[in-house]
Amino acid sequence: MSEKSHVISTLVEHKPGVLQNVASLLNRRGFNIDSITVGTSEVEGLARMVFVVKGDEKVLEQVIKQLHKLVDVVKIKDLDPDYVLKRELCLVKVKTTREKSRSEIIEYADIFKAKIIDVCDDFITMEVTGNPEKIDSFLRLLKPFGIKKIARTGPTAIARGHH
Amino acid sequence: MRGGDAIIKALMDKGVDTIFGYPGGTVIPFYDMLYDSDLRHILVRHEQCAAHAAEGYARASGKVGVCLATSGPGATNLVTGIANAYMDSSPLIAITGQVVSNLIGNDAFQEVDIMGITMPITKHSYQPKDANDIPSIINTSFEIASTGRCGPVLIDVPKEVQEQELDDYVLGTIPTPGYKPTVKGNSKQIAKAAKMLLEADKPFILAGGGTILSGANEEVKKLAELINAPIATTLMGKGIVDEKDDLSMGMLGMHGKQVANQNINKTDCLLAIGCRFSDRTTGKLEEFIPNAKVIHIDIDPAEIGKNVAVDLPIVGDAKIVLNQLIKELEAKPSDKNAWLKSIVEFKKSTIPRVSYDDIPLKPQQVIKEIANSITEDTIVTTDVGLHQMWAAHFLDISKPRKFISSGGLGTMGFGFPAAIGAKVACPDDAVLAIVGDGGFLMVSQELATIKEYDIPVVIAMLNNRKLGMVYQWQNKMYNQRYSQTDMGSTPDFVKLAESYGINAVRVEEVGKTQEILSKALKDNEAILVDITVEKNEFIPMFPPGGGINDLLGEYKYESDVELSKDSQHAEGGE
Repeated sequence: MSEKSHVISTLVEHKPGVLQNVASLLNRRGFNIDSITVGTSEVEGLARMVFVVKGDEKVLEQVIKQLHKLVDVVKIKDLDPDYVLKRELCLVKVKTTREKSRSEIIEYADIFKAKIIDVCDDFITMEVTGNPEKIDSFLRLLKPFGIKKIARTGPTAIARGHH
Repeated sequence: MRGGDAIIKALMDKGVDTIFGYPGGTVIPFYDMLYDSDLRHILVRHEQCAAHAAEGYARASGKVGVCLATSGPGATNLVTGIANAYMDSSPLIAITGQVVSNLIGNDAFQEVDIMGITMPITKHSYQPKDANDIPSIINTSFEIASTGRCGPVLIDVPKEVQEQELDDYVLGTIPTPGYKPTVKGNSKQIAKAAKMLLEADKPFILAGGGTILSGANEEVKKLAELINAPIATTLMGKGIVDEKDDLSMGMLGMHGKQVANQNINKTDCLLAIGCRFSDRTTGKLEEFIPNAKVIHIDIDPAEIGKNVAVDLPIVGDAKIVLNQLIKELEAKPSDKNAWLKSIVEFKKSTIPRVSYDDIPLKPQQVIKEIANSITEDTIVTTDVGLHQMWAAHFLDISKPRKFISSGGLGTMGFGFPAAIGAKVACPDDAVLAIVGDGGFLMVSQELATIKEYDIPVVIAMLNNRKLGMVYQWQNKMYNQRYSQTDMGSTPDFVKLAESYGINAVRVEEVGKTQEILSKALKDNEAILVDITVEKNEFIPMFPPGGGINDLLGEYKYESDVELSKDSQHAEGGE
């Protein structure tokens, strides 16, 4: 069985306990959650919950059916990887103790369209958004400078065009 | 009107006549309001039995069962009963008290997160924060519990919400945009199913608990007649067709009938209705129905394709879908009947042996005497264990909702309280609980309940002084190492019952079970019949993980019996 990564977008009732219910269902049915993002949606009272999971097709089908059974879950979509727009926000704090570090980091930030949101003697803090792979590359480049802290939201996603 | 009054009024508006419960700190306000109401309350002696009784009530009547307990330990004692109702898809409303809202999360006295604890075993749950929402929450809970795939709903009511004055009593609904069960079958799929069933040479029907919940008994039989297919059932499906009927093959599965287990694998088209292909039904999946196309009708899409690969899925309510299918087939029913004929012959030549004159009594003989003492309207409940499988295998049930057993969860202690609930729901029907000594001892305190409320439940206890099912596995698969399955110092059950003011008799001889049960069921009297049975008599089975045709044990046939004249006389004939 091949374990593929899936982006599942759900519309759920925006009330306490729903996240717990969805997360515990996925866990119970043997699905590993890579990330979950939750926020308000275009419909009042409903939230969009996007999660990235790994698992084989049969398990995925079962999980989607089980999710449908939760009364608080209104809609579920397994987003087609060919037409998915994935974006993630990452905050990263990097050391600037080495000589010339700061200018080099600012150069990389420029290329990756990262925004500098805080600077102090030893550190520079940036925010960067984009698809998770872009963020991975950015962080890879920053690693030699010494990364102090990373906070990533995990990707949220939406289908492209009319999909 | 306060929150507690609103609970009572809403329940009564939904047609509830009786609830099963047990008071405690956080439901004192509710009980205070109950004091002045017309809602009947049965005070059980342990909260777990409130849930089981409510489920028995639901399954016997087809209505929603309601149980109620306090917060903390009261609520956690309901958990097993809620899980049982979830596994067997029984419509149940469990109401729990909760500590006052401003203490929630503080580890207050008798506080547990019962919503969190029961999340995996409920269809849905609510915690009203405002008493004005209570009527609508109860209304919607009934809708959720009793439609689609039925199941339990929990309502957790903080103490101060029970005391809050309502502005207005409105039995509205709570919006549930995510809840829309499909009940009608897709017509294209129905047409395909009809074609597949007509093309098949050896069609076979497997009916599960969903057919009972949907009330599809006439439809299952009608369809079987149209396509000349035998009908086997799961444990939960027992009684959907009269098991004395030629079409019925009885129960399939680990302890299933020979005719069902040994013929299902010959089918070229299995029509599965309202069942979930549990491991106890199918055995090893690789060896299950190797040559069959599978049509699966179920109201829960998640059950379709979960365990067995399906060629044609139909999501919908069994009764509605079968009626659609019958319409397709009526004009042109099957003209093939060689298969069904051969199966019926197989059935007639493998009638399981139930007649024995041995002492200690053989369980099969006891079941035979039970069969002779009940009518087709007697409601039979069972507990869980060997006695349950003796009953499931050997006791023919003629009508739906007349066999109530713990299927999916396998809860010891279910049978007796379920019988209490069934009798409360259907006071005019005789109710017989078949139990074992182990499970009965888990809930024997409910003898006080049936005495207090004069609920004439007849209890037939197959007493082998063992935890018989585990004992059988130890005998067959664990080298007769009987670890912790001897019940040792069991009480004198006759004295135990008598101390509660319930009649009791010990039975050790052939014919006596039938005599006592017939009288008690006819006279509508509560009685405990403690029947001493042989501990080393085992029921044929396939081993766990084995295929449906792997047999541990042997089938014995009624046709081999040559009873002595004496014992024939004692049994009074059939």
